Amino acid sequence: MVWGVVQFPGSCDERDAVHACGLAGEARLIWHEERALGGVDAVVIPGGFSYGDYLRAGAIARFSRAMEAVAEFAAGGGPVLGICNGFQVLCEAGLLPGALLRNENLRFVCRQVDLIADGARQSPFLREIEPGERLSIPVKHGEGRYYAPEEMLDEIEANGQVAFRYAPGQNPNGSLRDVAGVLNEGGNVLGLMPHPEHAVDPLTGSVDGLKLFSAASSALANA
Amino acid sequence: MDRHSLPRPGAAGVVSRHRELGLTDAEFELIVEKLGREPNDVELAMFSLLWSEHCAYKHSRKLLRRLPTEGERVVMGPGENAGAVDVGGGYAVAFKVESHNHPSAVEPFQGAATGVGGILRDVFALGARPIAILDSLRFGELDSPRSRFLLDGAVRGIGHYGNSIGVATVGGEIYFERPYEHNCLINAMCVGLAKREEMVRAAATGVGNAVVLMGAATGRDGIGGASVLASAELGEGDDAKRPTVQIGDPFEESKLLECCLELLEQGLLVSLQDLGAAGLTSSAAEMASAGKVGIDLDVTKVPLRETDMEPFEIMVSESQERMLCVVEPANVPAVLVLCEKWQTGAAEIGTVTDSGQIRVLRDGEPVGEMPVEALVDGCPLYELDPAEPAGWIYRNRATLDPDAAPADTLLALLASPNVASKRWAFEQYDSVVGSRTARRPESADAAVLALPEAGNAIAIAIDGNGRRVACDPYAGTVEAVLECAQNLACVGAEPLGLTNCLNFGNPEKPVPAWQLERAVSGLADACEALGVPVVGGNVSLYNEGPEGPIYPTPVVAMVGELPDARLARSSAFLREGDAIALLGPFAPSLAGSQLAKLRGELDAGLPQPDTEAVARACALLRDAIRAGRISSAHDVSDGGLACAIAESAIAAGLGCRVDLQPLRERGCTPDEALFGEGSGGFLISGEREVLVELGGVVLGRVGSGAIELVAGERRVSVTLADVKRSWLSLRHLASPDRSE
Repeated sequence: MVWGVVQFPGSCDERDAVHACGLAGEARLIWHEERALGGVDAVVIPGGFSYGDYLRAGAIARFSRAMEAVAEFAAGGGPVLGICNGFQVLCEAGLLPGALLRNENLRFVCRQVDLIADGARQSPFLREIEPGERLSIPVKHGEGRYYAPEEMLDEIEANGQVAFRYAPGQNPNGSLRDVAGVLNEGGNVLGLMPHPEHAVDPLTGSVDGLKLFSAASSALANA
Repeated sequence: MDRHSLPRPGAAGVVSRHRELGLTDAEFELIVEKLGREPNDVELAMFSLLWSEHCAYKHSRKLLRRLPTEGERVVMGPGENAGAVDVGGGYAVAFKVESHNHPSAVEPFQGAATGVGGILRDVFALGARPIAILDSLRFGELDSPRSRFLLDGAVRGIGHYGNSIGVATVGGEIYFERPYEHNCLINAMCVGLAKREEMVRAAATGVGNAVVLMGAATGRDGIGGASVLASAELGEGDDAKRPTVQIGDPFEESKLLECCLELLEQGLLVSLQDLGAAGLTSSAAEMASAGKVGIDLDVTKVPLRETDMEPFEIMVSESQERMLCVVEPANVPAVLVLCEKWQTGAAEIGTVTDSGQIRVLRDGEPVGEMPVEALVDGCPLYELDPAEPAGWIYRNRATLDPDAAPADTLLALLASPNVASKRWAFEQYDSVVGSRTARRPESADAAVLALPEAGNAIAIAIDGNGRRVACDPYAGTVEAVLECAQNLACVGAEPLGLTNCLNFGNPEKPVPAWQLERAVSGLADACEALGVPVVGGNVSLYNEGPEGPIYPTPVVAMVGELPDARLARSSAFLREGDAIALLGPFAPSLAGSQLAKLRGELDAGLPQPDTEAVARACALLRDAIRAGRISSAHDVSDGGLACAIAESAIAAGLGCRVDLQPLRERGCTPDEALFGEGSGGFLISGEREVLVELGGVVLGRVGSGAIELVAGERRVSVTLADVKRSWLSLRHLASPDRSE
């Protein structure tokens, strides 16, 4: 099992993502100018401020060569996990529904929050998580308010594409319907604002995020 | 070189121009003497910056010679871009704290952001990857709209830069006091980790080597920042100084950081230096001075973001996100290729020479030539003319009735901005990036970062209560050092080194001069007593407003080592039934305390701390923590024992019953026992026998639901919900839209 972590100029959490993936397989960085993913089994688009995020979060990264390759990989059913800025990039690239807007209070927020697994459809990342299960994972972002038009929200809920919601009273950014993470229709692409790669060691917070990585790893091993 | 080929001084009154640039007549005469002629405009601009207080430390350098700088763990000491200490396993930790006070008082968001950017560059200039940021902030009282504006901008600016570049902001402190109303303090600290063998110094060496400028293009921003902003008092018309504040671009710095670290990893650089105050002028001069060489720079080769810039503007521009490096000629192509990979600018702009001169060229023609020695070490150093003031020179303002009930007094203290939770601020900072943060802000007395590479961990603390230093500059500064040491002891860490930023008023006036002299004495004595070397520092003078000088504010930061981050204790009580004890030579007094402030009773004078006894208590606690013998540890600081107890209870969601009779028996009044402050007190919890064996004085037990304190006839009984509400009184500051 080999993970590829895409690194853009301005990525911040790529080394943390490599560390987390390394606990559930091997991991290596993929430079943003690479057009091929080099045969990796799963891809992580990490957190950070790709290309400075000056235009709009994720808006420039979606045009990178590596993202062309990631889009092809995802279309072929390859597992793709977008975390924070990676979630923003995947939404900008049209691989996930909706958009991430500035936090409701217009301030960056870094906080440990509880997520509730929503009982979403099949996804390689969610196989070890029961519907309704609570996970303690940190958020840290300035643009994490999940937004989609009402009809689209209804549709992704009906499709079982909501992967995680913030626990009641813990929505840190004003996300509509408390949505913290969503899947594509195929379930192989997951985007979420909280950082599972920062929840893989009791020393630095919790280990609840590790489940996403180990689930994908065992899903591929069994495939 | 033919001196006559240099452009001549401007005909119309160079003599008055030097005053505009902040040089005295005597200093100007000295420059003429050292050059053997009058300086031209380029040279005068460069001298005025390097001979400014900010660059030359001309009022503080003599005092700073008193600080102990030697230690067996010291890898780099004062004089380098940052200090560094050995943490074992082949690794070193580099750290520095620096002020960005005056820019932030003019434009808080960019001032604070570029303060963070600047201190990051100081650390990665050594080849260390930045792993943590801390900040120490001072503002006027929150009832002032100006203070709220500065606070909001500064907190957002720190977050903007640190979050975007992916370095965790793991701790800090904020105080609110009237004397900072006009002149806020923004001190930022960066800690970096480096393999010892990959570290690099700033000294330019190797005659014939190339000088390469990397990073952002050079513009007109920040021209004269060091002399105009940093070396004079603020006053009316500061809005007009806004163009001297630089604009930060964390994305540019992120690329520059990764590029520099990769260049060093590949062994492509001879030396590296950041461009900070005074831009190219100071970095080139300092690199040449450290290497005892000369440097020729051609300003036409500097990539510009504006057209028609004059040579002097290019030489003094403080455009951000730039680094200067020395490269062997054969390696220049490889350096340029790597810079292109990281999409960061790079241009070969000069050469290392054996002339001992800084030569500024335009299209190969000299437009300025100055001896490096005259630029860097030629500035006269001044003796201070200190005088102790007759008494308390700052104003008092009572906001709390001295007859308030003890419970109301406790709630008022917890709600006062200096004591109240700073969660609203630190939640705006990414504290987890890097996967090292073992103790996040407010969960322990010091930040704790795991170093899996070196097989151990470090703890970092930053302290400096200016109000107490104002009461007694000597004792207050000793206390700041001791508080850092106590914070480290609470997580089981042993101090390795100390850095500091001395924020004071105008050193040409007798009272700030006296404050500075006494504070440096206190710093030197405390560091000597603890055996902690000073590995670096920064001085920010002329911090005054219309009402006079700021509180004298030495901000002290200490880095310590602990064998395993998992051993660090939290400041929160752990479990019901644990005993609570006071450890250490704590002799509380109301002098200089937060309560004295609220009651409007501040006055000159503090009790002198017993440094040796505090050091012994720190060692005792450190060993007990490392042995896993106690449940929690918290040092007694602002608001005294009652506030320390409340903080440990709130963090745990547990209550307690405590009787302060042992302090009463030591002669403390009830107020002193509850709310008195001073060095040397630790609030610890754990098994009763263990606490007693350590020499702790048992005061009570951890319980549930309520906090009950007894001090003679004074009794406090408050619910946990009430203390929590008071302690979170500043929560609204994170949502300014709804609060105002």
